[in-house]
Amino acid sequence: MSEPLCADDVVVIAHNFRFQWEEAQGCHVLLYPEGMVKLNPAAGEILKRCDGSRSIDQVVADLSAQFPGAEALRDDVYNFLKAAHDNQWIRRKPA
Amino acid sequence: MTTSGSVASLPKPLWLLAELTYKCPLQCPYCSNPLDIARYKDELSTDEWIRVFREARAMGAVQLGFSGGEALVRKDLEELIAAAHDLGFYTNLLTSGVGMDERRIQAFKEAGLDHIQISFQASSEEINNFIAGNNSFQHKLEMARLVKKYDYPMVLCFVLHRHNQDQVEQILEMALSLQADYVELATTQYYGWALLNRDQLLPTREQVEHAEAVAHRYQEKLKGRMRIYYVVPDYYEERPKACMKGWGSIFLTIAPDGTALPCHAAGTLPGLTFPNVRDHDIEWIWNESPDFNKFRGYDWMKEPCRTCPERTKDFGGCRCQAYLLTGDAANADPVCSKSPHHAELQQTAQRIGEAASGVQVPFRFRNLRSSKRLMGHGTDSRG
Repeated sequence: MSEPLCADDVVVIAHNFRFQWEEAQGCHVLLYPEGMVKLNPAAGEILKRCDGSRSIDQVVADLSAQFPGAEALRDDVYNFLKAAHDNQWIRRKPA
Repeated sequence: MTTSGSVASLPKPLWLLAELTYKCPLQCPYCSNPLDIARYKDELSTDEWIRVFREARAMGAVQLGFSGGEALVRKDLEELIAAAHDLGFYTNLLTSGVGMDERRIQAFKEAGLDHIQISFQASSEEINNFIAGNNSFQHKLEMARLVKKYDYPMVLCFVLHRHNQDQVEQILEMALSLQADYVELATTQYYGWALLNRDQLLPTREQVEHAEAVAHRYQEKLKGRMRIYYVVPDYYEERPKACMKGWGSIFLTIAPDGTALPCHAAGTLPGLTFPNVRDHDIEWIWNESPDFNKFRGYDWMKEPCRTCPERTKDFGGCRCQAYLLTGDAANADPVCSKSPHHAELQQTAQRIGEAASGVQVPFRFRNLRSSKRLMGHGTDSRG
């Protein structure tokens, strides 16, 4: 929460949240005690890759490969992850 | 099974509340269960519940709450949790904590339970045990510690009313010391047993304002550390709550005998006989049944709701409250200052508050014996 996220950070979904695809709603969601956050397609694609195996830079690279021609992708990813971090949806993977 | 019409525009029952039983080892006078709990003897079987879960999940339900009464009374709870988990539900056990131990908490974890919410009746042992009607405080503390030990998100729920409303600071400090992730400062909602005991439960306006100030102060102080949900008692508000986010909107409750309801108080509404899962599937119940459609949309509204610009925000408030306080479920919830019954509600709250400092009528504690007596079945003719 204190330091800004950087390229090498590996972030994962926080312990209190569960990330899954909801067929009935046609989107990814974050589930937590008695609650749900609906994710737009971009947010879903980003968080899908935050499984502990990639750094943020690798997430960006992965998305760039999957969605070539997407402009300002790096900025979008960082902005989203900052918001997600502030909301405590994600955290840095412990070493 | 297909249905006609614009099913696509119908909301999905995202939230399924499974009231597994109305049996409960506690006797909280603020319980929103119906007064006729003694009637619900023929509980759904394990297989019947699992079918309900499967059908609801197919309709898009994703949050499942195990509740009651006390869900832990059911010996098949582990099996129900496992079935719900395998279907992809996020599962919530909403419990007093009485009826489980470390072994069971571990079994729930293995079955895939996502979250255990433990209720406390107060932050002090004496008041907790008085309100609960049993000596549960120490056990609850122990269960709260185990919930943490077994790596669940730790959620504590306190239902506030006159007798513990002033303890909000101690309550939050206790939650902090137990390392709670979330604290729900719920308010007593006046249905069922809570309505019966309303004169003994309703806090004064001063109590409510003080508690809200404390809650906001701690919300600021503990931002990022412990999330605090504070629900404002609506009797002192000028606009009603968007109850359940609208009738038959996102919320589906199944009572222990299989009665399907849009909220846990709707069973008291006259002229409505809600469908039973033993007779119909969830899709028909949610999409087609007359009772689930009764207060959907805006056509059922009377004035002032009918032409009110806020109707899309709060849906006219709570149908059950409108019925209980004004005699007509289609009226505006009298919490709303636009309701012709609002002044009367304010006077009622005032009267109750003034009487609070006088001689107190004892609580009618929630239990099967009292329920039978209220239903007129008791051999005891005292009131």
